[in-house]
Amino acid sequence: MTDRHETLAARIDERFGELVKRVASSCRELTIEVGKDDLAAVATALRNEPEFGFEMLMDVCGVDYLNYGESEWTTSSATESGFSRGVQRKPVLLDEADEFDARRFAVVYHLLSLRHNTRLRLRVYTGTGNPPIVRSVVDIWNAANWFEREVFDMYGILFEGHPDLRRILTDYGFIGHPFRKDFPLMGAVEVSYDAEKGRVAYQPVSIEERTLVPRVIRDDNRYDEQLRGTGDE
Amino acid sequence: MSEIHNYTMNFGPQHPAAHGVLRLVLEMDGETIQKADPHVGLLHRGTEKLAESKPYNQSIGYMDRLDYVSMMCNEHGYVLAIEKLLGIEAPPRAQYIRVMFDEITRVLNHLMWLGAHGLDIGAMTMFLYCFREREDLMDCYEAVSGTRMHATYYRPGGVYRDLPDTMPKYQYSKFRSKKDVDRLNSVRDGSILDFIEAFTKKFPGCIDEYETLLTDNRIWKQRTVNIAVVSPERAMQLGFSGPMLRGSGVEWDLRKKQPYEVYEHMDFDIPIGTNGDCYDRYLVRVEEMRQSNRIIAQCVDWLRANPGPVMLDDRKVIAPSRVEMKDDMESLIHHFKLFTEGYCVPEGEAYAAVEHPKGEFGVYLISDGANKPYRVKIRAPGFAHLSAMSEMVEGHMLADVVAVIGTQDIVFGEVDR
Repeated sequence: MTDRHETLAARIDERFGELVKRVASSCRELTIEVGKDDLAAVATALRNEPEFGFEMLMDVCGVDYLNYGESEWTTSSATESGFSRGVQRKPVLLDEADEFDARRFAVVYHLLSLRHNTRLRLRVYTGTGNPPIVRSVVDIWNAANWFEREVFDMYGILFEGHPDLRRILTDYGFIGHPFRKDFPLMGAVEVSYDAEKGRVAYQPVSIEERTLVPRVIRDDNRYDEQLRGTGDE
Repeated sequence: MSEIHNYTMNFGPQHPAAHGVLRLVLEMDGETIQKADPHVGLLHRGTEKLAESKPYNQSIGYMDRLDYVSMMCNEHGYVLAIEKLLGIEAPPRAQYIRVMFDEITRVLNHLMWLGAHGLDIGAMTMFLYCFREREDLMDCYEAVSGTRMHATYYRPGGVYRDLPDTMPKYQYSKFRSKKDVDRLNSVRDGSILDFIEAFTKKFPGCIDEYETLLTDNRIWKQRTVNIAVVSPERAMQLGFSGPMLRGSGVEWDLRKKQPYEVYEHMDFDIPIGTNGDCYDRYLVRVEEMRQSNRIIAQCVDWLRANPGPVMLDDRKVIAPSRVEMKDDMESLIHHFKLFTEGYCVPEGEAYAAVEHPKGEFGVYLISDGANKPYRVKIRAPGFAHLSAMSEMVEGHMLADVVAVIGTQDIVFGEVDR
């Protein structure tokens, strides 16, 4: 962590106190978590107050924490039939649930201050209630417009106060939110030309998903915090 | 005669000036644009989700295909993010190679932009001139990586292999005269560094050529001066970066302000514009090519004098060489593990940004400790630029839309991801 970030972290703690929670820094980056209700106040202050001066919003990113920290392949014996069938795949959950886990979804904002040459990552958890809702920051940083549309399109997170919340990257008439962890990688529908109808027709996918390399998490001593020290020089 | 004032017009997605697959729905008042609504996503491939389903190294190739005219810079952002999470750093020689190829890529990108932008608004010759020089740089790509575009050359911990000692040569054929082949081969006798050095000597003259064609050209100025003016405040508010931000007069370049790799040892200047119009952004990009050329020359000198490893010697991340693998049991195990399972990255998150030719290209990685990233988010500069399209073209004529698409340097591989 550089000195610049250290002073910024101190200033943020002093200014916002209980409103924000500082997350243990990794890779010399500063991350703070804000409650959904405090987002507008904190974001406005970060942009307008000269001691922070985050005049640029570089990125808004959605995250779905559904499978966080789960490995797919925990078998300790070899299988005769290869990786793919040894993979423990979760059943696809339907989005019809009334509410999600309160920390299932997060929206991550990457801020940049040209004046102070600092970066800050702001994270807001959401998920209670279907669909999840976060307040829009378009009125604070205009750059958020398309980024929030993308998060809505990919994760189905609604942004309250967004002027034009439409799908942006998926096809016209697309159903579902493809970057959610319970959306299959290969998609839900396939298209083909239907000669009888004389047009392109949609149908459910007919092939089976295969995992070539399963997701594994190794306990690695080299990355153990206690063994290698704090990680910050 | 009936009076028709407002109507909407569809532009693209199949339009030669749309630089790919952009569909614009324009609300027109006569020939004046009131509002533009870009419809993007026709090239959406779900790169981020695909990357989440593969071990880290297997996604490097996807990065080439994001902004397919500045391939290695995309890889650089991704590789830097992984290195940040792993806590490793490439050896110095690899860092110089990366910087050199980043700048070669910048020249490649700006040449493509200049040619296409020129062609869009009526300067046909530019396209031919620019592609002549692009060819040489493509040959550099080919010499180090084997492919002319999708290189997959950068790896976490360094670059795939050291610079080659020879350049491939043209063969005599019935399609090219002997004199032509000899001329093309005359700079290809030495190593790739000799070839690049010859290019850096020749290239400033080439830029002068482009400038004589455009900079004081009356038609060029009529098409670009005072078109799509963006004030510095708006540029920051709209999330602009790179030449778009510098064209508006904001001095911000990650290579200087938040230097990565060996950019802090490089001697170069940041050009900035004053008016924030298309013409200023043109001047900024042309000057950036000259500065890139300076950086390339500095890298060539350093690389000549300092041989050394181009990959880290860390068997938990980087596979052993083939010879080692055949010879040593432990190397064989490492090789097998790295190519079947990949390496696990410690839990955490990192955002790595590079000064991409188009702006700030950022990769945000979240790892939960597995061999695949949990979340990859690619911050594409073109996405933020294109979102400002409506504001930039408002009040301009239909023909200026083409100039604005050109000046934004839009490539749909990265906008749609």
